[in-house]
Amino acid sequence: MTTTTLNHDEAHHHDMPTGWRRWLFSTNHKDIGTLYLLFALIMLFIGGASAMLIRLELFQPGIQLLDPDLYNNLVTNHALIMIFGAVMPAAAGLANWMIPMMIGAPDMALPRMNNLSFWILPAAATMLILSFVVPFFPGGGTQINTGWTLYPPLSVQVGMSMDFLIFAIHLLGISSVLASINIIVTLLNMRAPGMTLMTMPMFCWTWLVTAFLLILVVPVLAGGVTMLLFDRHFGTSFFDAAGGGDPVLFQHLFWFFGHPEVYILLLPSIGVLSHVIPAFSRKPLFGYKSMVGAMLTVATIGMVVWAHHQYTIGMSLGAVTYFMIGTILISIPVGLMIFNFIATMWRGAMTFETPMLFAVAIVLMFTFGGLSGVMLAVVPADMQYHDSMFVVAHFHYVLMPGAVFGLFAGVFYWLPKWTGHMYDETLGKIFFWTNVIGFNITFFPQHFLGLAGMPRRIVDYNMMFTEFNVISSIGAIIFGLSHLLLLYIVIKTIRGGKKAESRAWEGAKGLEWELDSPPAFHTWTVAPQIK
Amino acid sequence: MSATQQLINNQSYKLKTASLTGILVAGMFFADISRAEYGINFPPPAADVAQEIYDIHMLTMQITTVLLLIVFGFVFYSLYYHRKSRGFQADQNFHNSWFGNWSWVVVPVMVLGVDLTIAGKADAVLKKVWDVPKEENILDVKVTGHQWWWEFDYLDHDIKVESRYVPEKESGDLYLREVDNRLVLPTGQKIRFLHTSADVLHAFWVPELAVKKDAIPGYVTETWAELNREGVFRGQCAELCGTWHSRMPIVVESVSPQQFAAWVDDQKAIKVAAAAEASADKTWSLDELMAKGKTLYDTKCAACHQVSGMGLPPAFPGLKGSAMVTGPIEAHLEIVIKGKEGTAMQPWGSLNDLEIAAIVTYERNAWDNNTGDVVQPSDVKQAR
Amino acid sequence: MSAKEHSGDYFIPDPSPWPIIGMFSLLITLFGGALAMNGVSLGSYLVVAGLLMFFYLLYGWFRDVIKENLSDCYNRQVDTSFRMGMFWFIASEVFFFLSFFGALYYIRNIALPWLGGDGYLGVTNEILYHGFENVWPSHGPGELGGEFQPMGAWGIPAINTLILLTSGATITWAHWGLKMDNQKQLVNGLIATIALGVFFVILQAYEYGHAYQELNLTLETGAYGSTFYMLTGFHGFHVTMGAVMLMAILGRSMKSHFSSHNHFAFEAVAWYWHFVDVVWLGLFVFVYWL
Ligand code: HEA
Ligand code: HEA
Ligand code: HEC
Ligand code: CUA
Ligand SMILES: [Cu+2]
Repeated sequence: MTTTTLNHDEAHHHDMPTGWRRWLFSTNHKDIGTLYLLFALIMLFIGGASAMLIRLELFQPGIQLLDPDLYNNLVTNHALIMIFGAVMPAAAGLANWMIPMMIGAPDMALPRMNNLSFWILPAAATMLILSFVVPFFPGGGTQINTGWTLYPPLSVQVGMSMDFLIFAIHLLGISSVLASINIIVTLLNMRAPGMTLMTMPMFCWTWLVTAFLLILVVPVLAGGVTMLLFDRHFGTSFFDAAGGGDPVLFQHLFWFFGHPEVYILLLPSIGVLSHVIPAFSRKPLFGYKSMVGAMLTVATIGMVVWAHHQYTIGMSLGAVTYFMIGTILISIPVGLMIFNFIATMWRGAMTFETPMLFAVAIVLMFTFGGLSGVMLAVVPADMQYHDSMFVVAHFHYVLMPGAVFGLFAGVFYWLPKWTGHMYDETLGKIFFWTNVIGFNITFFPQHFLGLAGMPRRIVDYNMMFTEFNVISSIGAIIFGLSHLLLLYIVIKTIRGGKKAESRAWEGAKGLEWELDSPPAFHTWTVAPQIK
Repeated sequence: MSATQQLINNQSYKLKTASLTGILVAGMFFADISRAEYGINFPPPAADVAQEIYDIHMLTMQITTVLLLIVFGFVFYSLYYHRKSRGFQADQNFHNSWFGNWSWVVVPVMVLGVDLTIAGKADAVLKKVWDVPKEENILDVKVTGHQWWWEFDYLDHDIKVESRYVPEKESGDLYLREVDNRLVLPTGQKIRFLHTSADVLHAFWVPELAVKKDAIPGYVTETWAELNREGVFRGQCAELCGTWHSRMPIVVESVSPQQFAAWVDDQKAIKVAAAAEASADKTWSLDELMAKGKTLYDTKCAACHQVSGMGLPPAFPGLKGSAMVTGPIEAHLEIVIKGKEGTAMQPWGSLNDLEIAAIVTYERNAWDNNTGDVVQPSDVKQAR
Repeated sequence: MSAKEHSGDYFIPDPSPWPIIGMFSLLITLFGGALAMNGVSLGSYLVVAGLLMFFYLLYGWFRDVIKENLSDCYNRQVDTSFRMGMFWFIASEVFFFLSFFGALYYIRNIALPWLGGDGYLGVTNEILYHGFENVWPSHGPGELGGEFQPMGAWGIPAINTLILLTSGATITWAHWGLKMDNQKQLVNGLIATIALGVFFVILQAYEYGHAYQELNLTLETGAYGSTFYMLTGFHGFHVTMGAVMLMAILGRSMKSHFSSHNHFAFEAVAWYWHFVDVVWLGLFVFVYWL
């Protein structure tokens, strides 16, 4: 992809706002992107801190640190904060920074609304944290001990903290719907002349599909928790058999959102990989078209297989068979994506800078997690796995490599572009190795725990589960501490370091690399012509 | 003999286990260095359907392990040979080769083949496992989850077993895996489990039986099993059900049909005796009721209100000095019999008059509540 | 605030305080709401304060947008962005409603038959609810909310259907007026639409009163009451919002803000109105009629 016009951005430095207004009132996609990323980093640490408490409690049998309800509340918060606070905002941050630069647009299509969709997040985080804090005050009711899935009737028993959480989810929903609208409109309407849908960068495609998914499924979650709110306070009986409702209805609504959600978490990282792997293999992405097709297939099938989280609720043979086959079939498009990545590396000229290391780790470990997903999809076997630690192992193996590592790869890949400085490669590599090794020590043993019969979401367990829990907890501490290194590297890179060139990586391709590092406040004010 | 050793000694498992690669090998290593009662895989099944499930689990695990090795193989080959530092020149036209143009067909077809193998096998097992066989002399056991104990109703024999966790002092190494009253089941007979719940979701899970089903309040779900060996099988509640979700063990005692019949007769005799005692027109003394009440309270109520009567505020109110417990007896009886809707406090009306009288008397006098009230079974009868 | 001042030809608005204000208004409203629902009296004041702030925000934000529009900041491409944005917003609303329709479907066709003894979990009936029969409208085996009568389809609901369909026609008529630069037709069409919308809401409120007082049909009336009020309630809320938006558009039409080729705001509201209309048809068929 080449451009005929180069950037004319220098002239516009003067209208860059300064001080706190720059951040609070921003209508600039780069600043908002930075805000998103910063917010995500903070949330990663809060969510991670709760994970550390969880692992410390599970370090030994017995109840050491946490009351059972407090434990489960931490589990709930951990999941919600990681998913809605860390991964999704980080992916949205990347989208904000990169999409306009990649498609040659001056900004997001709706810049003011862009700021709104970011600023709702801190409000949501406030409500989420309040839901955790409120029970500590007299009269504040009970802790949220339901897990992130909020299944009634347990969630009807919980005190007022649940209402805070429900509203937090509404806010998160509004935020992601607004952000998705913005991204879709930007991608459909703001591409530089000459760039077609089938030539736009893969990261844009992944976000386009992600945004569609969000718009379709988040409102359903909002509807579900709204019904929950009404059941709690206004006497309705959506989820109460006595009135003709069914607690399982909530599960259907939740997972109708929840399963597409896991692909929402996955796809942006797949997008990042589609840039990182070609760049460091010095060779174009293998199978652009099949990648797009695979993604659309994942999204489509992903919308209709939600009940694989509910095999044990008592579904008819026909229903479970359908959901099982649908779920297993997802391995086809996802397998194609993995295949394309391997084929991109194949016969390339690879070098292994930190983003590429993460990319390779993702290809290997996400595949591992995905394959355990296929095991879970097999209904008779899931009669055993369901709600055991095996499931916890599965989803951390897909969530960490599939989502979080992809974001790390993206951050390292584009950090030079954003800051104008190269990060410290040695530190980057140390971070990678401690992170990946820590990760595997933490979550690999959980497979055994699950198979041996340890349920998830329990605060206390029998001695027979001790050893693997000890290993897992030690791994978690290594893993957790490694993130401090990430923080250090990022801060260090922002403050200084080797000057980055516009094309920071030898093999990097795409419009964003034709801009300065760091790019001017407004870029592509005149759209490049794509030949 | 530990579960692992059993697993290894058993010939058929030995073969299968040996054929496992990476995952299990690593696991075995850990298992060896650790002490007894150690599991890295499902415990040996105790029912034919559980065996089928075990087999399909092993099959998919093997298939996925092979796939994983293939992926690892290609990636590592490429990582080693296709490096810039080895001077490898990137093949810029790789994606334009025949393979590049058709891989989007070839790969999905291959994956589809594997998928269908797995799905086909699973489907066959599913057909056997899923629906409860229609049989005349099937043993119906209604399993009701409560916060936080299990109730087992033998519908055909009119007996009921309440099963609760045993505190660490008494259960020792089996803490959280041991209960006071076991679910006794006969071998060689098909058993139909009817799952339901009195409050929130629970899930009945005993790995050896390989049936896991959610207990949904207001609905009844079904599973079935036919035990093929005697033994004691332990499981746990597998659906988050609130504070003491970790304290809902399930212990199945699988016995021969003769032993089962004997057990049933015992239970019936106990039931008759209890009923007789409760309906005997007797006025009970404070001490008698206190003694009875303490045992009942400690088993049935202490999970929430604690043995100390202090409760776990804010979730569970303390009963020590509580206005309700030291106030009018009627209100106290009412909440115990009827429970309080929308909270974890369930109705206890299924206890007999004597039991309720004992518990209420106990609560009103224990922990310095010292109201001196003595509640007689007849008062309870009236309050109902 | 001219387009020239800004970079390139795509309009990038200046930094704006409205998003932050929007954040605070939502936070205060919902925080207050959570408190109010749990009987903390401070809560309701916060809700009121938050909503006032929200309306101030809407006012301010749209004032800016109108100002920018009138000073010709928006080119074709910006207009397209707005259109697409509105389209996808409505799409998300469709799925919001679908969750409630889905709940209705599930309860009527899956859950209740089980409770009544049919289908896969039919054994439920035998074990727990001997004698309960599944007939819609139902308030479940617990007979929650006591005896009630369902809402018939051919009284007010049918009239309301006519009203909304007519209002769909009047707004299209107004749109034609706009396209032909016929301001009078535009204004009259809008006034008629608003009048119909308001009339609809009044009838709906009357119907609720009737249901509560005479039919003993309340939110507590089991599954029927829950789904009935949830669906019609959220729809009524959308009609109200739509009517408010129409009023704003009417005001702008009277000030001749729109021209035959530049009237995105009008179209957005019209789309929204049609969407509300279509949802009602779904309601009429699935909630009242079948
Ligand atoms: C990023 C997130 C993510 C991703 C991508 C996935 C991907 C998949 N997941 Fe996972 N999953 C979760 C996050 C995710 N999951 C979470 C969070 C939960 C728990 C939620 C909770 O209960 O709290 C969960 C739970 C969960 C369950 C429910 C378990 C239970 O509770 O009992 C199931 C069951 O089917 C499942 C299946 C799958 C499958 C089949 C895939 C597939 O998409 C995987 C596809 C990938 C591959 C298969 C690997 C690559 C392919 C090849 C190398 C080709 C060859 C392969 C074959 C021929 C098989 N997942
Ligand atoms: C994207 C999502 C995401 C991410 C990134 C993580 C990350 C981690 N999770 Fe995750 N987890 C979930 C999503 C996620 N999780 C979900 C959905 C559930 C299910 C919840 C439910 O059941 O309802 C769950 C549940 C869950 C459980 C099961 C609890 C239970 O069922 O009882 C456990 C237990 O080990 C766990 C551990 C961890 C650990 C150790 C990390 C680590 O990766 C965290 C690493 C990060 C940090 C540690 C932060 C940075 C560093 C610091 C804060 C410095 C300080 C460090 C030290 C003091 C050591 N998680
Ligand atoms: C599953 C948990 C649980 C169990 C078991 C339980 N309770 Fe309760 N109990 C509660 C909760 C929760 C409340 C508070 C209800 C409310 O919000 O008013 C409560 C309230 C009470 C009260 C009223 C206390 C007050 O001060 O208002 C009494 C008396 C009581 N329980 C007695 C009993 C007895 C007797 C038993 C056993 C036979 C028992 N409870 C078993 C959860 C439980
Ligand atoms: Cu009962 Cu968990
Ligand atoms: Cu899923």
